[in-house]
Amino acid sequence: MSATHDPRPDGRRPLADDGATRTVRESFWRGAVQSLPFLIVMIPFSALFGVVATEAGLDVAQVLGFSVLVLAGASQFTAVQLLSDNASVVIVILSCLAVNLRMAMYSASLVPWLRGATGGQRAWLAYALVDQSYALSIQEYESHPRLGMPQRLAFFLGVAVVVCIPWMIGSWLGATLGRAIPDDIALDFAMPITFLAMIAPMLRTPAHLAACFVAVAGSLLLAGLPSGLGLLIAAPVGMAVGAIVETRTARKAQA
Amino acid sequence: MNSGISDLTVWLVIVVLGIGTFLIRWSFLGALGDRDMPAWVLRMLRYTPVAVLPALVAPLVVWPAATGGQLDPARMAAAAVTVAVGLWTKNMIGAIVAGALTLFAMLYML
Repeated sequence: MSATHDPRPDGRRPLADDGATRTVRESFWRGAVQSLPFLIVMIPFSALFGVVATEAGLDVAQVLGFSVLVLAGASQFTAVQLLSDNASVVIVILSCLAVNLRMAMYSASLVPWLRGATGGQRAWLAYALVDQSYALSIQEYESHPRLGMPQRLAFFLGVAVVVCIPWMIGSWLGATLGRAIPDDIALDFAMPITFLAMIAPMLRTPAHLAACFVAVAGSLLLAGLPSGLGLLIAAPVGMAVGAIVETRTARKAQA
Repeated sequence: MNSGISDLTVWLVIVVLGIGTFLIRWSFLGALGDRDMPAWVLRMLRYTPVAVLPALVAPLVVWPAATGGQLDPARMAAAAVTVAVGLWTKNMIGAIVAGALTLFAMLYML
């Protein structure tokens, strides 16, 4: 993931490992291994969900229902929080869907990389499309643009298995074992650190930096808005700024 | 639930939320098929990860829940070190380790 990280569409230099020769099995394991650091966060976080949900009055089946059918950490916590605040069902559902709406952007951004995938493949991909599987896969696809479709799907599956299944098991353990989890070791910050560490190497052009900076500034300015609404405004604005900067840079290079 | 919310209500939320979340994830991947998107859309989508993910965590860095939303020098420094090491070395694991060490060192000292 280190030396071969400049896969701009214009392809300035050939990549040492562009992925064209990798087997499906290798791709799966590569995805699985790269996901292992997430478990440091995933397991305690999912167990915490089990604990919090049980304390709010959910039974084990309902905890598992959330983790298997919804499979989206932030919105699961939001749902339990709002349910125990006696919010109406409509408010609970709309707030949680708003929290998850960013994943429509992930879905759109994967389309160019997954053309030719069958309907069934798109369905399981969609089911397992979480922040982690998106972030690792898009990074892999961008840095190894010549990966074939089976290899791309296998990589995604490797990530999905390592990230999603422990999420389900962890929340089940949290619900059954309860409060055996230390809450004073600053685990709240594992998620931000992991995401920042994933994104920083992708900031390879002025356009990427501009997109990132504008989106971050926007999300901080709009942090007062409810349920992730700020992100839904800030992120597209950042993406548009990235596209504008890219166009200008290209024009300047031509002139 | 503790205050009289029925099991049925909880299951209703789970099932509707499950279906809705799946449809959000499936949206473009499923409905668009192999149709081409306009060039300007593709250009914007190229910046999805670097816009969405940092914007997702920025409020958690500046106003961490663990400190009740107070600015926290340890978490700010850890985030800054993570980004700096990631930019510099292009190495994700190295950046995670550097960020975590910074966080624990600062929390220990303060």
